[in-house]
Amino acid sequence: MIRRYVYVLAALLTVVGLSLFVYKWRALGFPLTQDQETPVWTIESAIQFDSGPGSIKVNLLIPTLTPGFRMLNENSVSRGYGFSLNYGSGGREAQWAIRRANGPQTIYYRIPVYEDADSDQLDTTPPFPPPPVINEPFRTAVDVIVSEVREQSADTASFTSELLRRMNDPSPDPNAELLLSDAETNAEFVQTITTILASARIPARMVRGFDLQGRQRRAEPVAWLEVHDGDSWRFFNPNTGEESLPSRFLIWWRGSEPLVNVEGGSNVQVQFSVQENNLDTVAIAETQAAKQGATLIDFSLYSLPIQTQAVYSVLLMIPIGALVMVFMRNFIGIDTFGTFMPVLIALAFRETQLFWGLLLFTLLVALGLSIRFLLERLRLLLVPRLSAVLIVVVMLMLIISLVSHRLGLETGLSVALFPMVIISMTIERMSVVWEERGPGDAMREGLGSLGVAVAAYIFMGLARLEHLIFTFPELLLVVLAIILLAGRYTGYRLLELGRFRALAGD
Amino acid sequence: MFITPKKLHAAGVLGVNERNADFIMRLNPRRLYPRVDDKVLTKKLALAAGMAVPDLYGVIGNQGEVRRFADIVTVRESFVVKPAQGSGGDGIIVVTGRSARKRDAFRLSNGMLISRTEIEFQISNIVSGQYSLSGNPDKALIEYCVRFDPVFADVSYQGVPDIRVIVYRGYPVMAMVRLPTRASDGKANLHQGAVGAGVDMGSGETLGGVLRNDIADEHPDTGALIAGLIIPHWHFILQSAARCYEVTELGYLGVDMVIDRDRGPLILEMNARPGLNIQIANRTGLARRIARIDEVHDEAARPEERAQFARLEFATERQTSIPFI
Repeated sequence: MIRRYVYVLAALLTVVGLSLFVYKWRALGFPLTQDQETPVWTIESAIQFDSGPGSIKVNLLIPTLTPGFRMLNENSVSRGYGFSLNYGSGGREAQWAIRRANGPQTIYYRIPVYEDADSDQLDTTPPFPPPPVINEPFRTAVDVIVSEVREQSADTASFTSELLRRMNDPSPDPNAELLLSDAETNAEFVQTITTILASARIPARMVRGFDLQGRQRRAEPVAWLEVHDGDSWRFFNPNTGEESLPSRFLIWWRGSEPLVNVEGGSNVQVQFSVQENNLDTVAIAETQAAKQGATLIDFSLYSLPIQTQAVYSVLLMIPIGALVMVFMRNFIGIDTFGTFMPVLIALAFRETQLFWGLLLFTLLVALGLSIRFLLERLRLLLVPRLSAVLIVVVMLMLIISLVSHRLGLETGLSVALFPMVIISMTIERMSVVWEERGPGDAMREGLGSLGVAVAAYIFMGLARLEHLIFTFPELLLVVLAIILLAGRYTGYRLLELGRFRALAGD
Repeated sequence: MFITPKKLHAAGVLGVNERNADFIMRLNPRRLYPRVDDKVLTKKLALAAGMAVPDLYGVIGNQGEVRRFADIVTVRESFVVKPAQGSGGDGIIVVTGRSARKRDAFRLSNGMLISRTEIEFQISNIVSGQYSLSGNPDKALIEYCVRFDPVFADVSYQGVPDIRVIVYRGYPVMAMVRLPTRASDGKANLHQGAVGAGVDMGSGETLGGVLRNDIADEHPDTGALIAGLIIPHWHFILQSAARCYEVTELGYLGVDMVIDRDRGPLILEMNARPGLNIQIANRTGLARRIARIDEVHDEAARPEERAQFARLEFATERQTSIPFI
């Protein structure tokens, strides 16, 4: 009956622990391994202008839909300006306003983005564009090109490709030459193309964005062509006709509207700069989860101060040590001094490294034991004797530190991190066992404790495990479930198979 | 070196985990533990139930009373000092006599002399809790030193052999005799090196012995054969063990008894977590006998009936006739 409760409880704990874990891992994107970094690009636009006499209003088009990228956050630096975000006809707009300003002004707007292939954002399906009003002689040229291209294409995509091929021809036909006579920049070229596509009743628009390649002090927006084929928007390279989008292309704004509009200012200049750096994946997952309003993250350990985090990264491994302890005692059957002393010794080993830890621990216990046997002759009462051993242990630590420092061994200094009360208790327990049951039993239990401590140290030191537990503390529920199940294990211990071997004949 | 768990299971061997989870935790409620962990209380309960125990000379309950020690033992030639809450025989001093020249020097069971101040130091260690199960302050008992029955004279080396009976839900299940050796320093504890010998439940005759985890047919110090000794008062011993269930109400109990040459079987102490080495000493597992008791268990059965059941059911097979008393 009890057994069933234990199973149900363990199953419940496992389900809760694992589902939280999977949610954080899959949905919130917390990384399974340590040191996972994600490249993050910070794009900064600096708007410079000279202020006029009156009030100033600055409108900047900013990224709305960014396929392939996710925004971490956005911020603006502007002295004294009111800041707001609005939706305009061309997408999102940032607006700064001030009643009065003096001299040259600079406003910064900055967004960090990172790549995310899953970032599918729904775009609107546009209506068929009205036929644009075009004056002669351009009217005829457009009509001729549209009908010729239509002859040589099957659908929207092939129409666009064919049109771009014709317009980019090094020796263009007279119609194309006429239409392109005014297009000096790439943007104007793309603008002309969208007009021709509109005449063919194909929704098209110009997109401008940045090719994110490392660090760029002056990044120029690149114009690209976006065409809607009735189902989705497709990207075309305006200079080759190829249907593609550069691998890391962040779309800043769409349409032919000017990027920036300053009312009450003059000499407006906009400069973009791109900076690449790597951010911890955990940090990105947390920011993203916070934006989605996942309250779970408010309780994440990463929100604690760094120093507290360091403490918890150690504390959270203690259950792993306890698990090792349970395994060693209930499944293997190793005798140790005290229940959790080996785990505490293992914690001390973390500071000193295994080899030095073992050496120092053995040295301290051996020295302490011999002093303890000397004290035995004085016939001290229990508590004063324990305290005397404790003081001797502290002094031994001091001596070991000083001597090893003299010898140039820095590891000796870390001896101070050994929990001395634990060592004193070990010495006392060991000496009692030594006297009562002989050195054999004392050594056996001592070695058992050390063995378990080493095993616990190895498991508690697995960097991967430490990261997992720290990032997903809910996994401790699974550890708890395992320990509960182990608590109802009534099978034989490994060492009992040797102990009862005399009974095998039956 | 090792045998498979399957074979062990087939032999009906009870493991530590199973004993702890299925018997001790189920049948021995924590609140009853003081009845066996505190030897002063055990003695009191056993006396109240009309059972024989070694006489209590005195109890020393705190450091201030330690100097009362000399008064307590002033008219005694031999006595035993033990912690009330000790385990595994730790902290026990057995004094068998006094030095001929000095009354303040005591002779231990191993022949060594020990001074009064040394004993007092040991008592204050006991009182401060060095040997108690929990580490809490303890009491020291000073009681009658058993002079064991000569039947065991050839198979024990100093110290007193005792008889351990496991009682499951009031029914004696298995028994062994624990014989002190030089290695165990006169103590009758198996993990300290005493020899354990299985006992035929039917007749009270000793079977072969074990030393640590190995078979031992002869006593390591005296060389005498261990098997074939007839334990006197066997039926009375089983009855007394069975009655301890009413005294303690513990469903899984180890009863330790000694046979005094003058006073007969005495209850020495009881244990709520008896060890499993008794299976090695008897070369048989506990599990099958326990299952048999579960089948026939009758809460109303009297101790005598339960002892009789054990003699009939758990007699070693080679036995052809069971002597009844």
